Amino acid sequence: MIGLEIFNTFILFFLVVAAVTSLWVKDLLVSAVVFGVYSFLMCLLWAEMGAVDVAFTEATVGAGISTVVMVATIFHLRRKSND
Amino acid sequence: MMKFFSLIPVIAIGVLLLWAGQDFPEWGDVESPASQSPVSSHFIGNTGVDTEVPNMVTAVLADYRGFDTMFETVVVFIAGIAVIAILSGSTTGRRRRKDHEVEAEPDIIVTNTVRLIIPILQIFAFYVLAHGHVSPGGGFQGGVVMGASFILIAISWDLEKAMSRFPIKMCMIVAALGIILYGGIGLLSMFLGGEFLDYAELEKVLPVSREMARYHAMLGVEIGVGFTVTAIMFALYANLASEGRLKEGL
Repeated sequence: MIGLEIFNTFILFFLVVAAVTSLWVKDLLVSAVVFGVYSFLMCLLWAEMGAVDVAFTEATVGAGISTVVMVATIFHLRRKSND
Repeated sequence: MMKFFSLIPVIAIGVLLLWAGQDFPEWGDVESPASQSPVSSHFIGNTGVDTEVPNMVTAVLADYRGFDTMFETVVVFIAGIAVIAILSGSTTGRRRRKDHEVEAEPDIIVTNTVRLIIPILQIFAFYVLAHGHVSPGGGFQGGVVMGASFILIAISWDLEKAMSRFPIKMCMIVAALGIILYGGIGLLSMFLGGEFLDYAELEKVLPVSREMARYHAMLGVEIGVGFTVTAIMFALYANLASEGRLKEGL
């Protein structure tokens, strides 16, 4: 049980780091990829809580397709964000 | 400066959310409203008896609240149609070359790796779709994995290669077919004397019991969802990557 506590704390810490990083960086491509990392950490959390169906959807849609669609869109924009 | 001012409401709402989050029940708490509700215990007790489906999540999604899932699929379909309608009309003339774009042949290492990955990916998609009753998965996840395999072709070769495998007209036909399949199973059970999406009535046309009729009809609607999601995911990528031109994307 104590192992799970450490696991959860670890994941939640990196979740916050990923969320702040994706807002902080100027390069939108990096932002999109870090957002994918966020989704994948979220997927690990769902799986740990036993919601495996949700974890699966998060992994395929959140970390997979949304990242690809965001990257595809960013290639048609200027890569640097203004603020 | 704007960044500083927008930080104030963000932190305020964050603190409010964390504060409100303390009222949530403990994880796995039997006293929580969700566990106390008679609906949960009904599904936990009766899903296996009613439908013979071991994965309760699939049974609830595709059978008990099948109406909801049907219109979720319609929402995915409409989103795809909307993106295509907006993008195909918005672009005129020759595209501008971006400085990070270079003319290059498809990389031999990438294409050969993808050649190996794609069959496994597509078989896994079918497994996820067909095995959604007993293990995590189902039409949506299977469809997304299947769509991702076509996106992988488009990324590692070019969009034309992927479009020759799965043209945009075909995408639209397959996407509509998925919804027709879902609605058709619903209507069929209505014509057989039940209510809309009341799969148990399908026992009159299938050589199985009422429970197994629900089991197999769930597979049918999952295949419908899978069709729509596969086609729309690929159509979304193809249109976004090429600004609606459907050629030389990315």
